[in-house]
Amino acid sequence: MLKKNKAPSGVDTVENAQQEPDKEQPWKELGLKEDEYQSIREILGRRPTSSELAMYSVMWSEHCSYKSSKIYLRQFGEKVTDEMKKHLMVGMGENAGVVDIGEGLAVTFKVESHNHPSYIEPFQGAATGVGGIVRDILSMGARPVAVMDQLRFGAPQDPDTARVVHGVVDGISFYGNCLGLPNIGGETVFDKVYQGNPLVNALSIGSLKHEDLKLAKATNAGDLVILFGARTGADGIGGVSVLASETFGDEGPTKRPAVQVGDPFAEKVLIECCLELFQAGVVAGIQDLGGAGISCATSELASNGNMGMRVQLKNVLLRDESLTPEEILMSESQERMCAIVPKKHLKDFEKIVNKWEVEYSVLGEVINEDRLYIDWGHEEIVNVPPRTVAHDGPVYDRPVEYPKYQDALNADSSSTLKRAENPTEIATQLMELISSPNHADKSWITAQYDKYVMGNTALAMPDDGGMIRISEETGLGVALATDANGKYCYLDPYEGARQALAEAYRNVAVTGAVPRAVTNCLNFGSPENPEVMWQFKQATAGLADGCQELGIPVTGGNVSFYNQTGDTAIYPTPVVGVLGVIDDVARRIPSGWQDDGNNIYLLGSTYDELDGSAWAKDLHDHLGGRPPKVDLKKEKELGDLLHGAAMQGLIEAAHDVSEGGLGIAILEASLRFNVGARLWLTELMERDNLDLTAAMFSESQARVIVSVGREDDVKFQALCEARGVPVLRIGVTDKENQAVDIQGVAKLELEAIRVAWGGVLPGLY
Amino acid sequence: MRIGVITYPGTLDDRDAQRAIRLAGGTPVPLWHADDDLKKVDAVVLPGGFSYGDYLRCGAIAAKAPATKEVIKKAQQGLPVLGICNGFQVLVESHLLPGGLIRNEHQHFICRDQKLKVENNQTAWTNLFEKDEEITIPLKNGEGGYIATQDTLKMLEEENRVVFRYLEINPNGSMNDIAGLTNERGNVVGLMPHPEHAVEPGFGPDTPVATRSGIDGLKFFQSALKALVNS
Repeated sequence: MLKKNKAPSGVDTVENAQQEPDKEQPWKELGLKEDEYQSIREILGRRPTSSELAMYSVMWSEHCSYKSSKIYLRQFGEKVTDEMKKHLMVGMGENAGVVDIGEGLAVTFKVESHNHPSYIEPFQGAATGVGGIVRDILSMGARPVAVMDQLRFGAPQDPDTARVVHGVVDGISFYGNCLGLPNIGGETVFDKVYQGNPLVNALSIGSLKHEDLKLAKATNAGDLVILFGARTGADGIGGVSVLASETFGDEGPTKRPAVQVGDPFAEKVLIECCLELFQAGVVAGIQDLGGAGISCATSELASNGNMGMRVQLKNVLLRDESLTPEEILMSESQERMCAIVPKKHLKDFEKIVNKWEVEYSVLGEVINEDRLYIDWGHEEIVNVPPRTVAHDGPVYDRPVEYPKYQDALNADSSSTLKRAENPTEIATQLMELISSPNHADKSWITAQYDKYVMGNTALAMPDDGGMIRISEETGLGVALATDANGKYCYLDPYEGARQALAEAYRNVAVTGAVPRAVTNCLNFGSPENPEVMWQFKQATAGLADGCQELGIPVTGGNVSFYNQTGDTAIYPTPVVGVLGVIDDVARRIPSGWQDDGNNIYLLGSTYDELDGSAWAKDLHDHLGGRPPKVDLKKEKELGDLLHGAAMQGLIEAAHDVSEGGLGIAILEASLRFNVGARLWLTELMERDNLDLTAAMFSESQARVIVSVGREDDVKFQALCEARGVPVLRIGVTDKENQAVDIQGVAKLELEAIRVAWGGVLPGLY
Repeated sequence: MRIGVITYPGTLDDRDAQRAIRLAGGTPVPLWHADDDLKKVDAVVLPGGFSYGDYLRCGAIAAKAPATKEVIKKAQQGLPVLGICNGFQVLVESHLLPGGLIRNEHQHFICRDQKLKVENNQTAWTNLFEKDEEITIPLKNGEGGYIATQDTLKMLEEENRVVFRYLEINPNGSMNDIAGLTNERGNVVGLMPHPEHAVEPGFGPDTPVATRSGIDGLKFFQSALKALVNS
């Protein structure tokens, strides 16, 4: 298992560093700032060796250290009540948060970005994005049970968008399907603002028994540090520092070698191998190798356990014998894990990894000293306090400035846009919206993902949230939904972030589950731009305040900065994921109606809110004004009502009303099972004082449409009244008539809608 | 009745197949690829997945595994064997079934609820279906396009060895719309779609009655149990 490597000549040792204190070092090329380099010198009392410099540069990168976001992320831990922490087993700061779901079971979930690699090399970028988040989940001791992906591409017709769409979807399909994880939902958004900087976020969820929880900690001196899984190669070297922490210049994608290459087969075997190791109780701590590779795993395991480590770097199994120590430390080769194994368990460890034909090597051992020593043969090349690498990186309070454009943007309301003058025009606009790429059928993408594997998928796309059964005995399960509306966040990052939370919360509530915890992936432009920093400050405050209002904690997440091309940043896009719990997945509610003659109700109030809407942006190419108001108290009441109704089995279908307004929601609920409906909007227009355009396209929040069997009508209405949720009957389902018949507007044949809706993505790609 | 399910490195649907056997009333027995001991099972399922990462050719390496070699031997003596998706590819690579499976015509992985026609209800895995019964079970594959020489196709059709044919949509460009086959004896059946994903209400394909309520796959496993009882 141990192998000897050729020693490359001229390795920079600790001794060299002391003897040649003034040697020029490429700190700038590695992404460090001058003051950061100086503080490394202060910590060490000498210049760093080239290996130490490599480690600090990757670990102090924005991607790994959260240096620009840390001061804002703290509030997710501070703005919490004891009640919110009740179900939280592991909070922020670990590989992923862990939430108690009852019956001795827990789930862990997290969403992470892989934006920059996915632009440069869409297939491998997206594939390894899935692989990385799945290893995060695995390293908590959990079996990964599902994935989701949140995708934002450039303008649909741009030729480069096709390159990115094909690559990203193929990459997710290739990796996720081959891992055997059902893909249960996500988002796909097109907007030219993401042209040079698409967003590829990947979410994974895993389940575990309470007692199986694992942490990334080395706590016992003498325990072995074992690297296992794939061999270390030259891929992804410096990926985090050079890629994720820099803005793309005009020269575009040229950094191909920094993108990692994935092998899902190796990861699948690694998952099964790890789960068997956990079961056997031979692993004391575990950490996956993702960004920053061995640098990250060794320093974090040691730092988390307040211990040190002595590592022989020559023991790392290599794919390429010519790699230098610095490259080995920085390599982001995929499908690798680092375990802390007590010596007495080594034999059992070996037996299990051999069974799975997984390669491993013992790198060194845990020591009771605040030091991480890394040797290259007989030479010492790293000698640092682990905490200074892993956790005590720089923290910045970056300048924040209210954007110069903001007031003008907010003043430019959609009220100046011409509204439809007659029902025919409204019907045309509705058809135009349903056949626009953002609202068209996404099954060209989702049909490339396996949603069936594992046999526990209770809901998946196109339903509003995904749902997975966790206990086969009792039916206990979890629902998950993610949302972000970049347009709203651009208009008002504080309100926009709360809206993302509200929508994800609602999308979980419509499935019948009770929201319990939050994860996030905060995609923003350059933190060195004070206006971007203002957006970030506002959005994080909005999200933290919102979570407190709803009483559900943030369990973890990820920040992705530098999402911009040249000086143009993307819309602030804080993707928010909400996890809900349902006692029995048999009670879940789909997003479309199936029975004939059921009443259709609109829950919640509609206001004339068209700023930032699909109607304004997709039909009139207008973005300005103020996003819809968010009232989280109402969202909570609505959620409680839906849960109560689901428990009593009163609701046949429930669908969130969001982008595209009521009009789009009705069409989607009809398309779900190809069952039509007859609707009337006059009462709604009278009650809420709306014109037809607002009734159809307003994006007011805290609204849901539901269908209820006639026999449950009285009960359901009474429930709404008791809970003070506005309820209005707006229609009835109609199985016979294969149409959506909106009285006074138009009768739209389902087949015609389906053709218009379904043909868009296959036509483009 | 004990039905074995082989797990190769990279197998994905092994636990699903075990669940299906249990729900049908049988006893699932996990089998390991490297072990040539089939533990005296009465039938074997080769489940879906990406055995050995689908390297070389789908199913090619799994066809040489110790457990598979034993299955080939026993299948020739009449052991009921069902190969699903990657398992079908293994059966073809093992020459228990003729022809080959190639990349889907449209070049994409596809996951959909697939309608099939049961053309042959005389096999160990289909005896509870009506002849020409229409069923819906999930399909999910990247390399499911069935190919064979014209002579082989003619022979398969003449000998009534096409067990399932795709209806409405041919999802992968398979010749003669072939979704599944049997051997001469009718004990070995291979198909691309996944019966083990349509065995439990709430987790199968959508039906006109209710979401995810399709359980047409259950009869595959019940058929095997019936065949075993009768034999």
